[in-house]
Amino acid sequence: MDSFLKEKGPWEGFKPGSWSSRVDVRDFIQKNYRPYEENPDFLHGPTEVTEKLWDKVLELYKEERKRGGCYDIDTDTISTITSHPPGYIDKSLEKIVGLQTDIPLKRAVMPFGGIRMVRKSCEANGYKASDKIEEIFTQYRKTHNDAVFDVYTPEMRRARHAGIITGLPDAYGRGRIIGDYRRVPLYGVDQLITAKEEELYHTEYEVMFEDGMRLREELKEQLKALKELKEMASSYGFDISLPAANAQEAVQWLYFGYLAAIKEQNGAAMSLGRVSTFLDIYFERDIKKGLLKEKEAQELMDHLIIKLRIVRFLRTPEYNELFGGDPVWVTEALGGMGIDGRTLVTKTTYRFLRTLSNLGPAPEPNMTVLWSQRLPEPFKEFCAGLSIETSSIQYENDDLMRPRWGDDYAIACCVSAMKIGEQMQYFGARSNLAKALLYTINGGKDEINGDQVGPEFAPITSEYLDFDEVMGRFDTTLEWLARLYVNTMNVIHYMHDKYYYERIQLALHDRDVLRTMAFGIAGLSVVADSLSAIKYAKVKPIRNEQGLAVDFETEGDFPVMGNNDDRVDSIAVDLVLRFMHKLKKQYIYRDAVPTLSILTITSNVVYGKVTGNTPDGRKKGEPFAPGANPMHGRDRRGALASLGSIAKLPYDYSKDGISYTFSITPASLGKSREEKIKNLTVLLDGYFEKEGHHINANILDKDLLLEAMDHPEKYPQLTIRVSGYAVNFIRLSREQQEEVIKRTLNGTI
Amino acid sequence: MKGRVHSIETYGTVDGPGVRFVVFFQGCPLQCKYCHNRDTWDVFGGELVKSRDIINHFKKYLSFYLNSGGGLTASGGEPTLQPEFLRTLFAETKRLGANTALDTTGHVDIANAEIFLDVTDLVLLDIKIMDREKHKDLTGVSNERIINFSKYLEKIGKPIWIRHVVIPGITDSQDDIYGMANFIKEMDNVEKVELLPYNKFGVEKWKALGSEYPLEGIKPPSRELLKDIAGDYQSLGIEITIG
Repeated sequence: MDSFLKEKGPWEGFKPGSWSSRVDVRDFIQKNYRPYEENPDFLHGPTEVTEKLWDKVLELYKEERKRGGCYDIDTDTISTITSHPPGYIDKSLEKIVGLQTDIPLKRAVMPFGGIRMVRKSCEANGYKASDKIEEIFTQYRKTHNDAVFDVYTPEMRRARHAGIITGLPDAYGRGRIIGDYRRVPLYGVDQLITAKEEELYHTEYEVMFEDGMRLREELKEQLKALKELKEMASSYGFDISLPAANAQEAVQWLYFGYLAAIKEQNGAAMSLGRVSTFLDIYFERDIKKGLLKEKEAQELMDHLIIKLRIVRFLRTPEYNELFGGDPVWVTEALGGMGIDGRTLVTKTTYRFLRTLSNLGPAPEPNMTVLWSQRLPEPFKEFCAGLSIETSSIQYENDDLMRPRWGDDYAIACCVSAMKIGEQMQYFGARSNLAKALLYTINGGKDEINGDQVGPEFAPITSEYLDFDEVMGRFDTTLEWLARLYVNTMNVIHYMHDKYYYERIQLALHDRDVLRTMAFGIAGLSVVADSLSAIKYAKVKPIRNEQGLAVDFETEGDFPVMGNNDDRVDSIAVDLVLRFMHKLKKQYIYRDAVPTLSILTITSNVVYGKVTGNTPDGRKKGEPFAPGANPMHGRDRRGALASLGSIAKLPYDYSKDGISYTFSITPASLGKSREEKIKNLTVLLDGYFEKEGHHINANILDKDLLLEAMDHPEKYPQLTIRVSGYAVNFIRLSREQQEEVIKRTLNGTI
Repeated sequence: MKGRVHSIETYGTVDGPGVRFVVFFQGCPLQCKYCHNRDTWDVFGGELVKSRDIINHFKKYLSFYLNSGGGLTASGGEPTLQPEFLRTLFAETKRLGANTALDTTGHVDIANAEIFLDVTDLVLLDIKIMDREKHKDLTGVSNERIINFSKYLEKIGKPIWIRHVVIPGITDSQDDIYGMANFIKEMDNVEKVELLPYNKFGVEKWKALGSEYPLEGIKPPSRELLKDIAGDYQSLGIEITIG
């Protein structure tokens, strides 16, 4: 390896360290990166080539929309790392190459997660999976989806059907695993293979238990995947056995690593990681050598981003109802601080964000700024300005996460922090707490279909609901829910490991990863407000002939979430603690550590749809608030009071993330551009100082959104942020659009 | 000390410098036809709130206000109808090191003004129209008190920001603009003049109270009209910002 460091070697000019003798990307970054604390004046606009290339993509987008949202499907090929011949948008223009299939935007078929999903999504788009694929995956090869349903108990099926636990990754890729794609350019694939072989060598256990056998098999699969990665790159004319020798190679090698992952997995979220500061080292080296100019550096970034914007997966209409707008969650974590106090912001952090101006706003990649009080001021202002112009950025609290995850973590999906290459997540959707509360009142029966979904205990029969009685029984319901939820997740992830293992992504991890199992809750503010109504007002259930409480009459006032009122906020905090403690009591597959998120994506609409009237006054079918948000219209004291309520939710009991979506009209953010930037910066600093975890910032006019609903063709790039991700507004369903608009105009005086 | 309060806004960004905690006072002596807070008129409405509770709430977000050079704004309604309560809030705010701004119609009894003006950093003076008759028609009261109060503010050298709503066909005639410009020019304590476009955000509140909206049919001014009017003011020697 030392030879790499010599003159003309690919590592020439890099400062050696433990990274140069074993896989340790963080060490490489720390020893070699240069923080950038100045303003963004150095940045460059798009080159002519970039503009031409992007115009081609815009044309393709137009055609994709014309075809109903799906450009084309390759129904004959089972997608693997090497399944497709090389594809290009326009070979003569592309500085970074590689597509999921042979044609841009053409979607691949990934049946290992589930043939049913493939069949349904092909049909929904007017296609049909080939007979050969149907035959293979129904007669010869079992899928993850089949295996899960073999094992699901009747109780699990009932819970899933009633919508108390939904969005489970039991029919496709679970996602939320981030390969350390930086390893590919830094080491070259051959060194990674050698390191994996060494890991395998140390698994010759005395006794072969199931764990050991599984590990050996997985490592073998990882090795195969690495070889396939090389093969795929070579089909594009690149030999990636050795480390990347310059900036262009570094970007290209890294993208190949990511491309392999998205050819193999249609995961619910396929994050990129935290690549900009890493890449900056290569950019700086080439610039110093006179090999690269700013214009070309930006061009490389723009071209990488174009590739990330056109990632496509084949999904069903049901999936889009839960997670609207065809998202991929190509999440990139930007900025943050190092544990030594230096900022991790570099020029390439700026370049990455600059693509929002060069190419216009877009939901992908999902740009996530890791915010610290100590970030350089010019960077804070730059981000706030971009937020105001594009609404495409989300912010997460680096000062809260860094002490827990170090300074080389990234964000999986929307809000889940994990150490890159050392940690993975078993992702698990969310449970509907509002429904659980109704089950408590109705003796475990579903308020919509009348089925006995929960355990059959006596319903509450009093004329008015008594807080202590409800809370006591609710605790029992949550106990049941936590047990069922964990068991269901155990089934899913056991089978996913077995039938749809993430070979390439885990090849880009250390052997012994820390696993978390991430549970979620939806409807937190509905339940907190409902319990507050029961506690502080008088709530009378209205029961139907079967004795089910189907509506509630509430007399008197009660405090609601979003006003920084401890009386009700403490109820929400208690719910989080309570549920987390119950999760911790369960047996969890592969010793995973349970975590919790308060995050809904757009599923708050679907959860609301399947949930009856609730004691807080929310009507049957009405959407929940997204993520940890207060119910819309109930936060009557402005944004800071709302943030004050959310910031009380304890991150240590919800380490998978607490999502808050902040929407404000440009006029209510301040008058001049400078004032707006200042006011947004103060808001972010203040929220994170109070230990808030995540915030989506939407700065949009209601009129603009209404106009875009009626004339989508005029707003192809209009981007808005919903709980945890960004989305192309015009690709949301009408229902989702309406829900977003309802929330957008804060009811200020 | 208790006062009648309509509501509070913790993240106000348009009522004074920086980020503001805005307290909307209940009760107003004016009945402006275009009022966008119609529900703040009734002096017996709102909620009786302790000043201590408001300040405690304010303190929760103090860092936001201090870091942005902001503070507390009293708005309404007409805050000066409750001079003692206003004084208590402002005095406490200043003690905490934050800025105080009074958003007022200017319809103030000068005898009362001394109660709170020494703890007021900035007055946001909403001047409607200079013509006495038009003023009476638009707001229900004469503008005599308002003019007197403005002159008093000038005499004691209190910084003010003038805010003036442009309502097409009502406050935008050449006479109106001249009158307003001359009035502003005479004062040397004016730090800023903001033209605010008339908006219809308040219409629903009128309807909710069962009253007819008097300016039904009048549209907000276009961007161009605002710019033209701003140009008129500028040619008369007045720096204008469009809010």
